[in-house]
Amino acid sequence: MKRLRHDRIFTITIAGLAGIYVLLIIALLVSGATFTSPADVIQALSSGPIRYSAILSLVTCTIASLLALWVAIPAGYLLARWEFPGKSIVDAIFDIPIVLPPLVVGLFLLILFESVLGKLFQEHVLRVTYEIPAVILAQFCVATAFAVRAMRITFEQMDPRTEEVALVLGCTRWQSFSLVTMPQAFKGIVAAGTLAWARALGEFGPILVFAGATREKTEVLPTTIFLEWSIGDLGAAVAVSLLLVALALLVLITTRLLGFKGVIG
Amino acid sequence: MNHEHLQFDDVTIRAGDFCLPGLEFSVEEGAYAIMKGATGCGKTTILETICGLRPVSSGSIRLGGRSIETLPPGRRNIGYVPQDGVLFPTMTALRQIALPLELRGETRESARSRARELAELIDIVHLLDRRPQGFSGGERQRVAIARAIAWKPDLLLMDEPIGALDEDMRDRVVSALRVVHEHTRVTIIHVTHDPRDVEELATTLYKLEEGRVVTCP
Repeated sequence: MKRLRHDRIFTITIAGLAGIYVLLIIALLVSGATFTSPADVIQALSSGPIRYSAILSLVTCTIASLLALWVAIPAGYLLARWEFPGKSIVDAIFDIPIVLPPLVVGLFLLILFESVLGKLFQEHVLRVTYEIPAVILAQFCVATAFAVRAMRITFEQMDPRTEEVALVLGCTRWQSFSLVTMPQAFKGIVAAGTLAWARALGEFGPILVFAGATREKTEVLPTTIFLEWSIGDLGAAVAVSLLLVALALLVLITTRLLGFKGVIG
Repeated sequence: MNHEHLQFDDVTIRAGDFCLPGLEFSVEEGAYAIMKGATGCGKTTILETICGLRPVSSGSIRLGGRSIETLPPGRRNIGYVPQDGVLFPTMTALRQIALPLELRGETRESARSRARELAELIDIVHLLDRRPQGFSGGERQRVAIARAIAWKPDLLLMDEPIGALDEDMRDRVVSALRVVHEHTRVTIIHVTHDPRDVEELATTLYKLEEGRVVTCP
């Protein structure tokens, strides 16, 4: 009986500690949602600049997450399947954008593209700094790091012997990868792409420094929140925030419905 | 008249700290060879080396008169059934049995027709349109065997194909293996530690002991 009572105290203690955090998140969402009315949200979201930033966010996030997958699939496969000298260093380099302060990523991107080589690139290939490509590049830098991690977990969870069997059956490495490995990785690719998309959507610091916060030019949803807040229109800032919350929840639900655990829950 | 089909000439295999030095043995054409040995003695390593998943450090492996030790796995003409079958989780049984035939230039229809014939032979027709999730151990093994022999390889390697099966499934897989061997006359190397496999299937018995392959009477 004594032991049962101790068990109950233990369970209540850890549940209470975890519950404080859950309550904090719920309180945040409820306070945000009750700050404004649905009519005000609809009115704010139908304004021209906010519609522009929503569309720009959706387009740039989609491009950035596709580019992130283009890097993350081979990088995740390499890190999951091969041992090579300096692997831990390469692994750490892929994680740098995750641990760097976001403003620093933006600052270093700006310095890179304002260097001699960067200026040559901008003059002869593509204008980047303070333009829409800067938004995409800033989102890509951070989103890719998360996508690589997700793809690495995906490939590590797969049995490498299926690829070996495919090779013995007559597949080339490319055929083994495309016919056997990629179909197995499909859920992981969708989850990594969704995660990259969500990360890109919330990106603000690097975009502010590298792409600027010019209305209806390089303005994405987080920039809109910042701009609306800075001019004192809290209602519009909250309306855009709720839109971001809704999109983030959609991402969480999608990845959970796909049954992909280990990357974001 | 039988002649040596697979021949190991002074083959050394290294895998990290593990080493099998100077292996010498041969398997006759059409034989059902069973290789016994204690767990961890290197039986799987030998199979993986024959099918090209591990390199040889030195020596020569000849199959049907040609040296194969430097060929990529897909060009050795060897069928391989690893432990647990290792089926492709996203493909139906039919698709995976037909895949090696399609890789060798057969049309999809012809490959699938051959896969169906084989499925009838070893009693897995009911599995053809299903993916392997939910297959029993014996069903997995029979599909893996069909996939490994569909394209008529020169040699079939099997790593404990009957291990860890219940009695009923074991009987079905043994029966499938008998049918396959009688029907195709393919040379087989079957690795096991179960003495019943030897009694029921073997025409030749090898033991892997202390890094040497010994032919048993």
